[in-house]
Amino acid sequence: MFYREAGQFKSTYQADMAVFPIRQDRIGLAIILAIAFVVIPYFGDDFFITSVMIPFLVFSLAAIGLNILTGYTGLISLGTAAFMGVGAYACYKMTTLFPGVNIIVLILASGLFSAAIGVLFGLPSLRIKGFYLAVATLAAQFFLQWSFVRVPWLYNYNASGAIEVPQRLVFGVPVTGALATPETRYFVCLGIVVVLTWFASNLVHGKIGRSWMAVRDMDIAAELMGIKLLNAKLLAFAVSSFYAGVAGAMMIFLWYGGGEAADAFSIRLSFNILFMVIIGGLGSLIGSFFGAAFLSILPTAMKFGLPALGVPMAGATAEHVTFMLIGGLIIFFLIVEPHGLARLWQIGKQKLRTWPFPY
Amino acid sequence: MKTQHLMKGAALGALLAAGSFAAPAHAQDSVYVSNNAYRTGPFAGSGIPIGDGMRDYMTMINERDGGVNGVKIVYEECETGYDTKKSIECYEQAKGKNTIVYSPWSTGATLAAIPRAHIDKIPILSMAYGLSASADGNAFPWVFIPPFTYWDGASLMVRHMAAELGGMDKLKGKKLGLIHLDAPFGKEPIPVLENLAKKYGFEVKLYPVAAADMQNQGSLWLAIRRDRPDYLYNQGWGAMNPTAVKEAIKNNFPINKLVGVWWAGGDDDARAGGAEAKGYKSLNLNAAGTNFPVIQDIQKFVVDKGKSLAPKEKVGENLYNRGVYNSMLLVEGIRNAQRITGKKVITGEDMRRGLESLNITEARLKEIGMEGFATPTTISCTDHSGHSKAYVAEWDGTKWTKKGDWLEPMKDEVRPLIEAAAKDYTEKAGNWPKRTEACDKP
Repeated sequence: MFYREAGQFKSTYQADMAVFPIRQDRIGLAIILAIAFVVIPYFGDDFFITSVMIPFLVFSLAAIGLNILTGYTGLISLGTAAFMGVGAYACYKMTTLFPGVNIIVLILASGLFSAAIGVLFGLPSLRIKGFYLAVATLAAQFFLQWSFVRVPWLYNYNASGAIEVPQRLVFGVPVTGALATPETRYFVCLGIVVVLTWFASNLVHGKIGRSWMAVRDMDIAAELMGIKLLNAKLLAFAVSSFYAGVAGAMMIFLWYGGGEAADAFSIRLSFNILFMVIIGGLGSLIGSFFGAAFLSILPTAMKFGLPALGVPMAGATAEHVTFMLIGGLIIFFLIVEPHGLARLWQIGKQKLRTWPFPY
Repeated sequence: MKTQHLMKGAALGALLAAGSFAAPAHAQDSVYVSNNAYRTGPFAGSGIPIGDGMRDYMTMINERDGGVNGVKIVYEECETGYDTKKSIECYEQAKGKNTIVYSPWSTGATLAAIPRAHIDKIPILSMAYGLSASADGNAFPWVFIPPFTYWDGASLMVRHMAAELGGMDKLKGKKLGLIHLDAPFGKEPIPVLENLAKKYGFEVKLYPVAAADMQNQGSLWLAIRRDRPDYLYNQGWGAMNPTAVKEAIKNNFPINKLVGVWWAGGDDDARAGGAEAKGYKSLNLNAAGTNFPVIQDIQKFVVDKGKSLAPKEKVGENLYNRGVYNSMLLVEGIRNAQRITGKKVITGEDMRRGLESLNITEARLKEIGMEGFATPTTISCTDHSGHSKAYVAEWDGTKWTKKGDWLEPMKDEVRPLIEAAAKDYTEKAGNWPKRTEACDKP
């Protein structure tokens, strides 16, 4: 009834090929952005912004990164957390070496270091595929995490081996460090995520994205059609690691605010992000957001939300129940829709178009 | 599909609720204390007895005394699973509920919270863990690390070695091995040990254990067999400790030369070695056992009434008692804050003052039923640790026993390192605030 494109005519090829061809979708996107930019910072309290929204944004970006590699190009990686770590340490090194440079620029630039490392560890992908590649990327995970502990230069010879995030101002407003307000950090995260999502959307809908998908669907056929596998696969690794690196820098600088970074970028995080991508939906940008929300917001909401609602549960019990419920939900969703939440969303939209008179 | 809708609804509801946290309505006379606990995850084996001890002492104070000077302690655990991400969530929640003190219970969580403490006005009590440099009260007015730091621990280990060998001069030419978790926590003792090695002419060998290999130390013990160190100091935590004890026995390393940091002194850590673990040692800051009035009161008012989560036979174990000790510090901090400010219901800022002028004397320990349970500790505005004494506990096959006297850490060795590290920290952080908090006389 409300969600119907009847009467919306497309008179140009451009309009026909738009990412959001239906007007209601565009309005919906505008509403979501308005909520993200206005409603949440205005009404959300500190806990909601720092413990729910910022982690969600960081994980969304990391999931988009992995989705480019796994979902769009079909290369499984278990090294996402390590690539995130490269971003975090690169950002730390750069901001201590060049304290005057805008920290947002450095957060974005740290993705480049991560991309370079990603390309290096992506080289085996030309020869090995599938699970074997996953095992090869495990090497990246272990080697890089080992370096984070063992190369003291990376953490400036800190006695505790930790990254201590210094205070950095952007236009006179503290963005990192303890004085940065949750709202500021949230806005920076949101800005980066929105811009990079827009960029990723353009990438995957364009020539490059199509070449990735061709490689994913059948790499020999793609090669025969004139797609250079070397370029396509390494570019996928580079872009994916870039996103992961930026997410990692955001994680330490805008969310954690320092601490034991090597520990944070463990294989558990890699798996977590892989699960986000699988549950959210392989090969879907919106799926990355769904997956991140499912695995990052939901546990927090259950752990703190249920007791706040008056369910008499505290501490460890809430944690155990959360474990069980999340595990159950993962199985449930994968049985109901193995293509992930993004597919459910698509089905829902399709149903809505014909509602209330389905045919 | 109905269940699906229901679940979606429930998830959505929970989501909305998370956004609208309200501080719980406190009764007139109560203070809210949030505590990070980890009853789940890889370190739950250590986290559960500690959490039980902390909780039971708080319950006992509320049950027996009706709170601290009539002010009830609303004590709440926040589950972290020893995960820094969850610890940060817990910090934010504790802040939202106006906790008067934050107990991070992990070095990672402490490091993440330290830069925020002075802005949110929440004192951090990291009892014998966390950032050693935070013992410098001038640089870290909001962080407390009683009764000593890991650096004191390393110096205590050297002292213990010298005591057994018969004097500091006997250290020359000896070999001390350090088994440590290859993480910030594990690496803490290295600078102190290396300094002391230079000074006293002994050699330090490092045996790092990666977090993933905590239960797989085979190759490491081959190296130990090759190097034949005279003593081993184990800076370990969680599953790493029972493994080290088992490996020491398997490799015929004299078990009485293996000394753990205080976190390697769990009953289950030693028990893993079976009968041959008899003689395993660990530095300790609290006594084990139930033979203290404070533990007996806990049994009477909490355990026997079914208000404890701990199994009866676990009450009085080493880590349980350490939890009790941590809660005692909190309660004494509250009491002291009440005394200084004259208020009954105190805030985080009052608590900071209370902790900063905390002076737990022998007499006071006796009053609270802890005579011989712990050693006196004095915190001052400059010294946020106290650098108090520790003793070397020995496993007798069934329980931890106190052998030998309370040893004093080498404060003159440790203190300059702490001040240098604190200076380094504050310089790197960029515009770290100068201390403006006034200093109270104890």
